[in-house]
Amino acid sequence: MSYIELKQVSYQYPLASEWALNDVTYSFEKGKLYGIIGANRGGKTTLCNLVRGFIPHFYQGELMGQVLIEGKDIREWENHQLSTEIGYIFQNPFSQISGVKETVFEEIALGLENLGVDKDEMIERTIQVVKWLKLEDLIKKNPNNLSGGQRQRVAFASIIVMNHDILVIDEPTSQLDPSSTAEVFEIIHMLKEQKKTILLVEHKVELIAEYADEVLVFEKGQIASYGSPADILSRKDLMERGISIPSVALLGHEMREKNMAMDSIPITKSQALEQILKGGKNDD
Amino acid sequence: MIELKDVTFAYPNGYIANENLNLVINNGERVAIIGQNGAGKTTAVKLMNRLNKPTTGDVIVDGNNTKERTTAQISAYVGYVFQNPDEQIFNSTVAMEVEYMLKYRKLDQKDIDRRRDRAVELTGIQDYLKMNPLDVPYSLRKFITIAVVLAMETPYIILDEPTAGQDLQGLKTLSNMMDALQDEGRSVITITHDMEFVADHFTRVVAMANKQIIADDTADNIFWNAEVIKEARIKEPQIGEIAKELGLKGNIIHRRDLVDALSHQKKAFIRGGSNEKE
Repeated sequence: MSYIELKQVSYQYPLASEWALNDVTYSFEKGKLYGIIGANRGGKTTLCNLVRGFIPHFYQGELMGQVLIEGKDIREWENHQLSTEIGYIFQNPFSQISGVKETVFEEIALGLENLGVDKDEMIERTIQVVKWLKLEDLIKKNPNNLSGGQRQRVAFASIIVMNHDILVIDEPTSQLDPSSTAEVFEIIHMLKEQKKTILLVEHKVELIAEYADEVLVFEKGQIASYGSPADILSRKDLMERGISIPSVALLGHEMREKNMAMDSIPITKSQALEQILKGGKNDD
Repeated sequence: MIELKDVTFAYPNGYIANENLNLVINNGERVAIIGQNGAGKTTAVKLMNRLNKPTTGDVIVDGNNTKERTTAQISAYVGYVFQNPDEQIFNSTVAMEVEYMLKYRKLDQKDIDRRRDRAVELTGIQDYLKMNPLDVPYSLRKFITIAVVLAMETPYIILDEPTAGQDLQGLKTLSNMMDALQDEGRSVITITHDMEFVADHFTRVVAMANKQIIADDTADNIFWNAEVIKEARIKEPQIGEIAKELGLKGNIIHRRDLVDALSHQKKAFIRGGSNEKE
């Protein structure tokens, strides 16, 4: 059974003149990481809001079709139930920090506190996550005095502690430097190994190429293409439609145009190196 | 010309955010500033428009020492676009936001119209003029705040992380805009974490780490300097990584150069025969 299922879903924000999602049908399976790409205003964040239930529970507007989470219609889920089922990590880590807690440790524990989890269990689970994400040096700090990268790691911790099966992650690295980006992707990789179901919106297609099981391309509120990272991210025509593909894929295309051997278009650095070295040998 | 001479900056609580900065930015120059979060990049550029005053040392903007001028006076020379657009936006429509400072300065309507239209054209926000800026998606909100600053027509423009959250079209708009500004002889100073964007659109790159400038060089030299990469905690573009792993020379960071190098290598290989037959 599909874990998350969208059946002919259309959605229009209140007062908007266009549909943010337009007749979207797709099934997400349990335990996979879905990379969601596309030009801005293509419907990526709306999909995130929908799967987490912010639409229709928070955003009004017009929703047509069906969104099923574990077989149950999103309209029938209570919002508090969804909040224990699905974790959401916002694009802007500044939106995630509550602002009401004075230490990082309390901030991470806030979700469990809200659920009324037993104090000993709450502390134990928080300590576990702190260790797991190596946040020991930050726990006594004020969450408002952290750098962007630190905030994003704390935001992840405050969601991971809830132990959701489904995680919706919307552009987690857009404000981060390259080394903090790498740290965040290490966390995402660990979550993937735990067989979490992850919907990840990300402009950095090099990272989607490394980590995603499936890639969905959103365009004008619709799923324009979907498939394996190798199939989707090697397609040069996406560039003409305003969607990036990895620079190594473009390299592959340019080498082919110059009649240099290239069995398949690489999408990761290691694939590119392998192809280049193999190409050299084949010419031999 | 903007000159930073032996500048150190400490916050009132004594925390030193910039140490011993020396930097010259010429008219019509395009410079990228890179380095990890917390390296002191934003603090450094705020010295240029006098949002920060040096604790020691001097900042000279077209002959004006910022210590002897007001922030309003320096703002006629240096425009600064904040990292977070929401810190800058306060009007109820995009058009009003772009025109606000022009009206405040009591420019005549014809001049206001001309400047607004040019700024709007360069940033591609034509379709949003009647909207409330806060209803516009983040990536476009950033372009609204850029338009506000462009309309001031200052000789120096500082963009603080304009690439964050931008898609391919947004990055294209940015690069076209920087080309146009440079053609007009204006300088653009850009803080960014997008190393592919730096490699593709900048020749001069300033790398910062631990409050200091650790390198001021061409993009290819920066991305082939292992020490700078390590210290500034940056990551070279993938093309550069591949060239390094293949042992190619020439500080390659662009695709076309890598393709050329591989193609030359192949020709030389074929001409010379191979000693590596298995």
